[in-house]
Amino acid sequence: MNSRISLVALAATLSLTAAAADQPIIGLITKTDTNPFFVKMKEGAAAEAKKLGAKLMSAAGKQDGDNAGQVTAIENMMAAGAKTILITPSDAKAIVPTIKKARDAGVLVIALDSPTDPVEAVDALFATDNYKAGQLIGQYAKTALGGKPARIVTLDLFPGHPVGAQRHNGFMSGFGLKAADAKSNDLSTAPEIVCAADSYGDQSKGQAAMESCLQKSPDVNLVYTINEPAAAGAYKALKSAGKEKGVVIVSVDGGCQGIRDTAAGKIQATSQQYPLKMAAMGVAAGVEYAKTGKKASGYVDTGVTLIAGKPLAGVESKDTKVGMELCWGKK
Amino acid sequence: MTPFLERFPLVRHIGTLGPLIALLGACLFFASQSPRFLSGQNFSLILQQVMVVGVLGIGQTLIILTAGIDLSCGMVMALGAVLMSKLAVDTGISVPLAILCGLAATTLFGVINGLLVTKVNLPPFIVTLGTLNIAFAINQIYSGAQTVTDLPDGLTALGNTFSLGDVAISYGSILMLLAYAASWFLLRETAPGRHAYAVGNNPEAARLTGIATKRVLLFVYGLAGLSYGVAAMLSVARTGVGDPQAGQTENLDTITAVVLGGTSLFGGRGSVLGTLVGAVIVGVFRNGLTLMGVSSVYQILITGILVILAVTADQVSRKGR
Amino acid sequence: MNAEFDNNPGHMPPPDHLPPPGSPVLQARGLVKRYGRVTAIDGADFDLRSGEILAVIGDNGAGKSSLIKALSGAVVPDEGEILLDGKPVAFRSPMDARKAGIETVYQDLAVAPAMTIAENLFLGRELLRPGMLGTLLRCLDKPRMLAEATAHMQSLKIGIRSMKQAVETLSGGQRQGVAVARSAAFARHVVIMDEPTAALGVKEGNMVLELIRRVRDRGLPVILISHNMPHVFEIADRIHVHRMGKRAAVLNPRRISMNDAVAVMTGALAVEDIPPECHA
Repeated sequence: MNSRISLVALAATLSLTAAAADQPIIGLITKTDTNPFFVKMKEGAAAEAKKLGAKLMSAAGKQDGDNAGQVTAIENMMAAGAKTILITPSDAKAIVPTIKKARDAGVLVIALDSPTDPVEAVDALFATDNYKAGQLIGQYAKTALGGKPARIVTLDLFPGHPVGAQRHNGFMSGFGLKAADAKSNDLSTAPEIVCAADSYGDQSKGQAAMESCLQKSPDVNLVYTINEPAAAGAYKALKSAGKEKGVVIVSVDGGCQGIRDTAAGKIQATSQQYPLKMAAMGVAAGVEYAKTGKKASGYVDTGVTLIAGKPLAGVESKDTKVGMELCWGKK
Repeated sequence: MTPFLERFPLVRHIGTLGPLIALLGACLFFASQSPRFLSGQNFSLILQQVMVVGVLGIGQTLIILTAGIDLSCGMVMALGAVLMSKLAVDTGISVPLAILCGLAATTLFGVINGLLVTKVNLPPFIVTLGTLNIAFAINQIYSGAQTVTDLPDGLTALGNTFSLGDVAISYGSILMLLAYAASWFLLRETAPGRHAYAVGNNPEAARLTGIATKRVLLFVYGLAGLSYGVAAMLSVARTGVGDPQAGQTENLDTITAVVLGGTSLFGGRGSVLGTLVGAVIVGVFRNGLTLMGVSSVYQILITGILVILAVTADQVSRKGR
Repeated sequence: MNAEFDNNPGHMPPPDHLPPPGSPVLQARGLVKRYGRVTAIDGADFDLRSGEILAVIGDNGAGKSSLIKALSGAVVPDEGEILLDGKPVAFRSPMDARKAGIETVYQDLAVAPAMTIAENLFLGRELLRPGMLGTLLRCLDKPRMLAEATAHMQSLKIGIRSMKQAVETLSGGQRQGVAVARSAAFARHVVIMDEPTAALGVKEGNMVLELIRRVRDRGLPVILISHNMPHVFEIADRIHVHRMGKRAAVLNPRRISMNDAVAVMTGALAVEDIPPECHA
């Protein structure tokens, strides 16, 4: 009994924010509600929606890889009358049949941040070039090592995810190793990579993976990480082993905490991406579609910048001060 | 819990009536908030969205009624889903045969759980924690962590809909309702069903009255495994792919549905229809809050509050006896 | 698991035979049971006659529970024989004993509290619907179970209104009544009751004693294990005194005093010193 009353009260307060009916409805589906990257993406979308007078709905999977949750979210948003759905696919392949149903019903579907597999399954992709992001830190790492023989650890996302493969393979290509191109979903290997492990983009898992890799190859001198939480985990593992000085750590994302870690010398360089911009562009495209019926299409690059703690000759980079101005997360 | 609560006679019945009242209350509330909520099409959508957790919940209810718990259900389902879709796509065997293989695999997992619980006398929590990991690992190895796509139409047929008036109803939700009817009949009207209750209520008494308690448990775990296979069929049909990453939170989702439905985690009390109500409650909140434009975090918050209320009601009603 | 009942159309039968009162029903000769170096049963004899309530008393550790376990199939004796109606039987499990028509009411109330009285009465031997529904689907014949449960409880004069109540809504005495009624309903030879009044108040205890008497009056001999001497003396026809792993004496409760019986039980009074008319 009490439950009902309290729930009604709670929901009633929430519903005060519900918007008028004639606004265009735009749905944003992220991988999770907890990763700061997606939280920031949601904020960017909300700000833009407010500015353009659209109603934003958001939903997320329960954890990275939760496809069923995203399927449900698409269905609910269609039921709610959303004409544009922005989605960061948790499972690039598995979401495709559901996206097809939505597009068949006339919904504009835009993938944000990571592509679907195949890429053409959505109307448009607004994302950073993850392969290029990898290349930038690869080039930096190559210069940083200065001709020393590389002993590389890669802390990747998890198997089968295109973003994980693109950053990894981009890093290898930037470093001058032979790697698959940006279309591949498989992680390339090379003799220089002495240990490759999955971090799931998570600090504690990244730390555990790094610890195992240190057992296997104590002489590592370069660590590539899928994102900055994983990099922080790697740094912690190296520090515990007393090896943090001689090892170069590079990463991707450019969150404010990551930039701070770069400024503090824990991470040497990171490729900064712009989730707020991605989401804002997606909302604008949705409003445009509602007004004119014109659908956004193709691939739109939202840009990537290399942020380095110490600039190196021959590698174009910005310093952490610039990084802090553009970063997402808690400044 | 407290004597204060027990002074209200209604509180004692909340275990049986509570879930339905909560569901009705939630529906009334959402109907007042969104004009889109109260439509046949929307309810059909909600049913379609809860069908996987709903069917998994049948197996979970059976096991919880015997005072057990199954943590492996979601992973076993995912394995079944990948198995049936990969067999159909890669080996080209017929769809019914592929489905049969998937059902057999999940049933086998159920039987293995049952054997470990009855023959080796391990607690169900630990057994299914083990098989959860085993099923996950086998699934990743077998699928190479790759989603199976381009399924033959037969595998996704249950995701298709038929029209009833202007409402499109998916065959999958009808299959779920049929599965509920069958398990309700089994539990209420047949001797094995009553034995499952007796084993959960007082295993020693059940043994002393001559019930082959281990056979009952084995039957229950095997049947639960079969229900995970049916859920696998529905999952494949709904998402249109064989997804090796599926099923990761379904164990907790089904336990949530069972508890919301008023079935006691201590065994021997409750009903499978309650689990359907519990699953629909979660679906209604998810759907309703999305229609209202409220962030999905609040759905998790509300589910958490409801679970605690449901377990409290269970405790209070037990104390009253 | 209900084979013996499926073959038996008339459920809850009266004992299938009523031998003349006083003839032996369940006997044991020279039973021995050792656990390592401990001898729990040391050449015990036992006699239960038809139509009687036989109380078994003994000090803690005298071995009376081992004896009862041997008679109900829960323990397999190392030596000696058990005779049912004069024929030797060998019980490997409590199920064997039950199939032979010996039912046991356990001290710790073997009922499923959340289930109804009718369900508890038929637990493990449910009545199934006739035809395919019963044999194939094992569908319950609920109306018949309800009717038979009501009739049976009435015949034992257990005043409970509805058989559809959950057992947990009953008082302790009524629950014990359900357990006794279940045994009485299915026993064809013997009912064994292990401390049936131990957990009950005075009024409820008397109610259960009355029930035990009714079971006896229907022709079923009852073995009553109890520490409660007033109850034993109120209800027993004969008293089997168990001491040091064997039968010390069989007493007539109408001749011997309660104090003397306890003295025999504890060894304070030698069996030879009991007046002959006190033996039974």
